[in-house]
This record gives sequence, structure tokens and C-alpha cells, in this order.
Amino acid sequence: MNQPWRPLSSHAVLVAHDDIDTDQIIPARFLTTTTRSGLGTHLFADWRYDASGAPRREFTLNWPTSTGARILVGGRNFGCGSSREHAPWALADWGFRAVIASSFADIFRSNAHKNGVLTIALDETVLHATQSALRTDPSATITVDLPGQHVFLPDGAGVAFAIDGFSKRCLIDGLDELGVIVAEIPAIHEWEVACGR
Amino acid sequence: MSTPRTLFDKVWDAHVVRPGVGDVPSVVYVDLHLVHEVTSPQAFTVLRERGLKVRRPDRTIATMDHSTPTLSTGGRLTVLDPAASRQLDALSANCAEHGIPLYGLGDDRRGIVHVIGPELGRTQPGMTIVCGDSHTSTHGAFGALAFGIGTSEVGHVLATQCLLQSRPKTMEVRVNGALRPGVSAKDLILAIIAQIGVGGGTGHVIEYRGDAIRALDMEGRMTVCNMSIEAGARAGMIAPDMTTYAWLAGRDEAPSGEGWRDAMARWHELATDDGATFDRSVVLDASEISPMITWGTNPGMAIPVDGHIPVSSEIPDAANERAYAYMGLTPGQCLIGQPVDVVFVGSCTNGRLDDLRAAAGVMKGRHVAANTRMLVVPGSQRVKRDAEREGLADIFRAAGAEWRESGCSMCIAMNGDTVASGQYAVSTSNRNFEGRQGKGARTLLASPLTAAASAVAGMVADPRSLL
Ligand code: SF4
Repeated sequence: MNQPWRPLSSHAVLVAHDDIDTDQIIPARFLTTTTRSGLGTHLFADWRYDASGAPRREFTLNWPTSTGARILVGGRNFGCGSSREHAPWALADWGFRAVIASSFADIFRSNAHKNGVLTIALDETVLHATQSALRTDPSATITVDLPGQHVFLPDGAGVAFAIDGFSKRCLIDGLDELGVIVAEIPAIHEWEVACGR
Repeated sequence: MSTPRTLFDKVWDAHVVRPGVGDVPSVVYVDLHLVHEVTSPQAFTVLRERGLKVRRPDRTIATMDHSTPTLSTGGRLTVLDPAASRQLDALSANCAEHGIPLYGLGDDRRGIVHVIGPELGRTQPGMTIVCGDSHTSTHGAFGALAFGIGTSEVGHVLATQCLLQSRPKTMEVRVNGALRPGVSAKDLILAIIAQIGVGGGTGHVIEYRGDAIRALDMEGRMTVCNMSIEAGARAGMIAPDMTTYAWLAGRDEAPSGEGWRDAMARWHELATDDGATFDRSVVLDASEISPMITWGTNPGMAIPVDGHIPVSSEIPDAANERAYAYMGLTPGQCLIGQPVDVVFVGSCTNGRLDDLRAAAGVMKGRHVAANTRMLVVPGSQRVKRDAEREGLADIFRAAGAEWRESGCSMCIAMNGDTVASGQYAVSTSNRNFEGRQGKGARTLLASPLTAAASAVAGMVADPRSLL
């Protein structure tokens, strides 16, 4: 069970690259864990820390302005590559509740929504404008209205975004898909008998 | 007459337990669930917390591959990393508790999850197959609908044998003509990804068709389908044919006798009907494809091995600029002659017997260059045994390459097999992401032929010069 959705208004962290793969979001050497907790420290580990383990000043996540941010702004094809759910676990553990990009990899998007992390795909031009606004003012606020499916960008403009109805409902109610599919077991059993499984 | 359907449509339709109602997606049945150590422990924990059982352990198989050692000491594999060791123990305990067959350390059927499924004959045409691993697309080579899922979904499948899924779109990738000598399935898929882009297949299931696809053997088809995810596709599929049946016949878990004939008749019906339509279509000419190599930090950044690294136009391309810097390569540079520190032959992309044969063919009577280390890691213990029986291992050893136990190894660098920071590796695996083969490692993806030729030269080499 995730927490039900709460209103979201926050400053954002900008990691403006396209094709950010899940190996960057959390490198494979941190995947030997058997739990879901505590992965936020490894979020973007190789971009975030230098060889000695010290935070790299130039990486936005390390900026003082990033403290308390709940929204990450990326580029195109965010979350491509490996299916590791450790990626949204790490994002959520760090504190992120939404990622804004111009497109998302399928598995990442599905994983994110199962962990209370909303993905918002914006038109490329709108995304680029948002990226520049955040470059100018890293403390600018973004507001997400999930029920109304609108995001209010730093310039105040409200932009509609799409999300499938089921993910939206699960996010808003904190509903767990496992419960939904377990309720189907009698139907699944019948199907198995009928279809020779 | 019924509406013509694609291969994907037929497999999908045959597995819908309940079509979508309202906003709830379809319930889709999973015929085979593959499990490995890295993406499963948290799913078993959730089952335990909810008091749920694994519903169909008979439709589930587990293996250890990602963090397993490839060097044995006294015939035993010893896991040195305590965290990896705990994770492997967790898989053993979870499989024992739920009655899931496990090919663990020491089992002679163990191997990379996407190598052993087909090898055991568990992967069959027309099935739905999932695994907490994006390269599950590999199994599509048999005409199965196979895709990667996250750990939450691993839990859903363990508990119900089903997933909630919305129907993806379809995309045809038609490859006409014939591949030229020295050009392999790996080059073909790298050329496809370079053309459609790393996000080009997002939301789609690809069906590979055309003469060049039909001409591929099963190993080659698996290589192609394996990297569908690198184009962002949900899955990749190839309709089964005589090549498929010949490869599957007699496998441990493949149907036999009467059952085999019935199965072949059913499988034969899976091919896309004439007149069926795809949401998107891409056409390539196989004869125009050269041996390919990646120069950058995603699999779409690929060029012919004798080509030149792209130069950013007036508006510098941010992704290219980052890739030049990370890779320490110059725009306009030709990679031929670029010194290579490590050559890795292995992975679920190119760790099968045929891949090792191709590499050994180049290595025979030659030697790995003095400045280069070559690691050959079979995709499974069975591939290892077969390669040893055929004398391939001897060829690699005589050439100065390291011959290892099976596993993911340097493809993901979780088991201690890593490329050092700043080093260049020509690898037959599937991902050249920053740090994929070790922090700071620089990966050039290529075919087994190109990898072997580069090992001999100690620098990137065109395999056609050695054929
Ligand atoms: S060989 Fe590499 S890509 Fe394949 S399953 Fe293992 S880690 Fe994943």
C-alpha cells in the first residue's frame, strides 16, 4: 500500500539529459540488496559523487537549493534500459514524488507508478522551456494537480498531461495493484481449467 | 473471414484472461516466469507480508546469474561479496519455501536466465514469458511474447500467474536481402537501433520479418530479439519456422512424440496473416549493413566499424558532447586502431555456442595482443561444456584468453568482473551505458567476430580483414 496522493507543489531538481538510463539512476553495484529501503543515498551515485566519494559540486542534486525538492525534471526517454525497480525506489527514497520529462521508457513508467512516483510527459518544447526556467531560477516552484491532470510550470502556465486512468486512480488512492489482481484469482483459475493450463 | 492478425495479436489474444474493464487493464496470463537473484527478493517479501503463496511454481524457474563468480576454486564457486552472497541465499530459501525449481550454483544446467530458458526447451512458440529483467525480449526469437517487468510485477506473477497489462502497439521491422560475410545478427540489431533510436520502439512490440531474419539461425534470432529493449520496445518477436522447430526438437522440456506433432501444428498457425497491419513499419536492406560498433554511451550510438564518429552540426548535440567526453573519443575519429584494454565475449546477447564458435574461428592459431585482456564467459554451463567438448575452450586458452564459468559477468559487473575506470572494452554484451561494465569503464559494443578481431589486434579491428 502506498500513501494516498497529497497535493504536490515544490521546487525541482533539473537533470536535463536525454536518455537517462536506470544504470545512471542507480548503478548495478547497489542492486545486491534484498530490501527496498535506503536506496536514496545511491541515487545517481556516479554523477553525484567523485572517485573519493565526495559530492560533486556541479551535480544539481548536490546543490543546497535541491534540498527538500519533490520533483525531478529530466529530458527525453527518461528511465531507459534495465527494468530495475530500484530506480523508482531510489527516487522515492530520496524524496521525489514526480518526474517530468518529454517521454519515459515503458518499464520505468510502470514501476514508478507502482511506487507513488508520478511520471509527467510534456511536449518537448514545453519541457525545454521548463528546463531553461529552472536554469535561471533553481528555486522556482512547480505545482502538480494530479486529479485535474495539470502541471503548473515555473511561468505559472497550466499544462495538461496524460495518464492512464488506472495508474491515476492507484496513485490517488494509494491503491496497490497486487490487491486488484489477487481479487482475480477465481477468474484466473477458471481460465486455467478452460484453457488447459 | 476473420480479421487478419499479427503474430503478436495471436499470442496476446490467446492469453487474455479478462479483457480490460473500465480503467482496469486486461488480465494477461503468463505461461512461464523466469526468476533471478537480483530482482526477486523484495517480491517474495511482499508475498510473505500478505500471506500469499506462489500460485504456479510449476510455471516458474529460477537461476543464479547476475552476481555469481566466474572463477571456480577447487571446482566450487565461492561468492566473495557478502551482500551478493546474502542475496543468493535469499533466492535459495525463497525457492525452497515455495517449491520453485532452482538452477543454483553448482547445478550443471545453471546459466544466464535468457540462455537457459530456451536451452531447457522451456521457452516455446506462442507462450507468454516474463522475468524481472529487461532482456526477457530474447525469448521472442521463438515466437513467444516475452517482456521484462519490475519487481512489483514479479510479485503479481508469483501470486497470480497474471499481470495487468494494456495492449501495446505493434511495429514491423522488415529486413530484406542478405547479410554480407563478416556481418552478423549483432551488427543487424545495432544497425536497427541506430536507425530507429533508443526510444524508437517505446510502447511497441516489434516483429522482425523479411528474408534476412528468416535466414538467421536461432542464436542470431535471439541476439536480435534480445536487444529490442535497447530500442525501447516492449518486446521483439519472430514467427516460428522450421529453424525454430529444429532447434527445439529433443530439448529436455520440449514436447515429444504425439505432443510434438500437435505443438508444431499449433505453432505453425502463429505467423502473421497476410493483410494484417502494424501500427508502424520500418524497412532495412541487409546488404547495406556493415559490421557495427558503438562509440558512445547508449546502444543507438553505433557506426560501421570502419566509419567515423559523428560530428555535431552547428548546434552541438548535448548527448553527443557528453558521450565524446565520457568515452575520451573525438568527433570524426575512425575507431579502427583505437587501443583496447579488455575484450569481453559473453552475455545473454552473444554468449551462446554459435557466438563462441564465431569468436574461436577468428582466434584459432592467433593470439590475444599483449596490451589486451580477453575474457570469454559462456552463457550457461551447458554452453561451457559443449564449447569444451568442441575444443573451443582450448582455442581460447591457447590464444591467451581467460575461459570462465557461466554468468552475466562483465556485462553488468556485479560479480567482481569489471573493466577499470578509463579503460576501453570491446564487448559483445548489450549496454554501453556509463559505468555499466564498471565505474568509468568505456564500452564499445560489437559482434563476437569484431570482438575477437580486436583482441588479436589489441585495437578495434574490422573482422573482415581476418576472414
Ligand atoms: S547478461 Fe547482462 S543483459 Fe543479460 S541478463 Fe545478464 S546482466 Fe542482464
